[in-house]
Amino acid sequence: MDSFELLEIWVYLAESPLLGLTLTLLAYIAGVRCYQASGGNPLVNPVAIAIIIIMLCLALSGTAFQTYFEGAQFVHFLLGPATVAFAVPLYQQLGRLRALALPMFVGVLGGVLAGTASSVVLARLLGASTDTALSLAPKSMTTPIAMGVSEHIGGLPSLTAVLVISTGIIGASFGTRLFALLRIEDDAVKGIAMGLNAHGIGTARAFQVSPQMGAFSGLGMALMAFIGPLIVPSLLSFLGFLD
Amino acid sequence: MKFLEGMAFLLAFQLVGEVVSRLFHLPVPGPVLGMILLFVFLLLFRKVPVALSSAVEPLLNNLSLLFVPAGAGVILHLKRIGSEWFPLVTSLFLSTLFGMAVTALLMHWVLKWQHRRGRV
Repeated sequence: MDSFELLEIWVYLAESPLLGLTLTLLAYIAGVRCYQASGGNPLVNPVAIAIIIIMLCLALSGTAFQTYFEGAQFVHFLLGPATVAFAVPLYQQLGRLRALALPMFVGVLGGVLAGTASSVVLARLLGASTDTALSLAPKSMTTPIAMGVSEHIGGLPSLTAVLVISTGIIGASFGTRLFALLRIEDDAVKGIAMGLNAHGIGTARAFQVSPQMGAFSGLGMALMAFIGPLIVPSLLSFLGFLD
Repeated sequence: MKFLEGMAFLLAFQLVGEVVSRLFHLPVPGPVLGMILLFVFLLLFRKVPVALSSAVEPLLNNLSLLFVPAGAGVILHLKRIGSEWFPLVTSLFLSTLFGMAVTALLMHWVLKWQHRRGRV
């Protein structure tokens, strides 16, 4: 096989979605292997490792992100049905859901307001531009929802996607330590706080702690996904960030 | 086959959610509406169909994977992140942990208050 033939194969593959899709799966598997090899250290986040591997591959091969995404979109698309799927763990926790209605209402409302307002105000005070700060506002919502809200309030949807993932990684990496520090032991409370603030990535981490914490984290994520788009725009205009 | 039936189930609910959200110009995204509709369906049906679980489990077990493509989009924003990394990183860390602490503590306090009121 001469180098011209190899080049032709590369040109063909670079245009097809096969490469982007395969790269996404392999990078993620590598991330999970690293996480397992570390003995389940939450700081070794599989998503962060996969993203770094993909970025390096794209940069080294000179491939545009759009070309990569043509393949990766098949994985990205599954975020939709996965969001719908959260109804199932939610339903399975119905008993505790009823018992926890009031604490959940108070915690969720306070958490959404505190997390959103502090992110935007802090970023602005530290010198971030307005569109960067606005892109931060939906950071605790799950990706497809956050991107929609970002567009609606005048942020940059693709920057928001990155900030959402970073938020999830921070929550998944440090959340359990924070709860230990605050002496919170109830899996339901920890789960809601995790999912509400660190969406799906935090929820994946919560499922590793216990199925109970995972289910409540799924619930927290669902509550943020539902309540977030309803109150975040009003909160921002109250804070004077929207015209 | 069960898996396919389950996927068709999830996609159908997402589709209905998407249509309702657009038809009535709701601020709630289609998949979230789909989740709420599926939840209502489960409340009425009173159990989780086997086909549905066989699609839900693999999806939720590999949830982190689904965030990878959007996360790799960081490559489009390296310039902006490079010039605004300090406010971004500080705000992400502090506000995420602050939001978590407020949620957990408020829930914890209300639960304690409810317990005490229950005993008196």
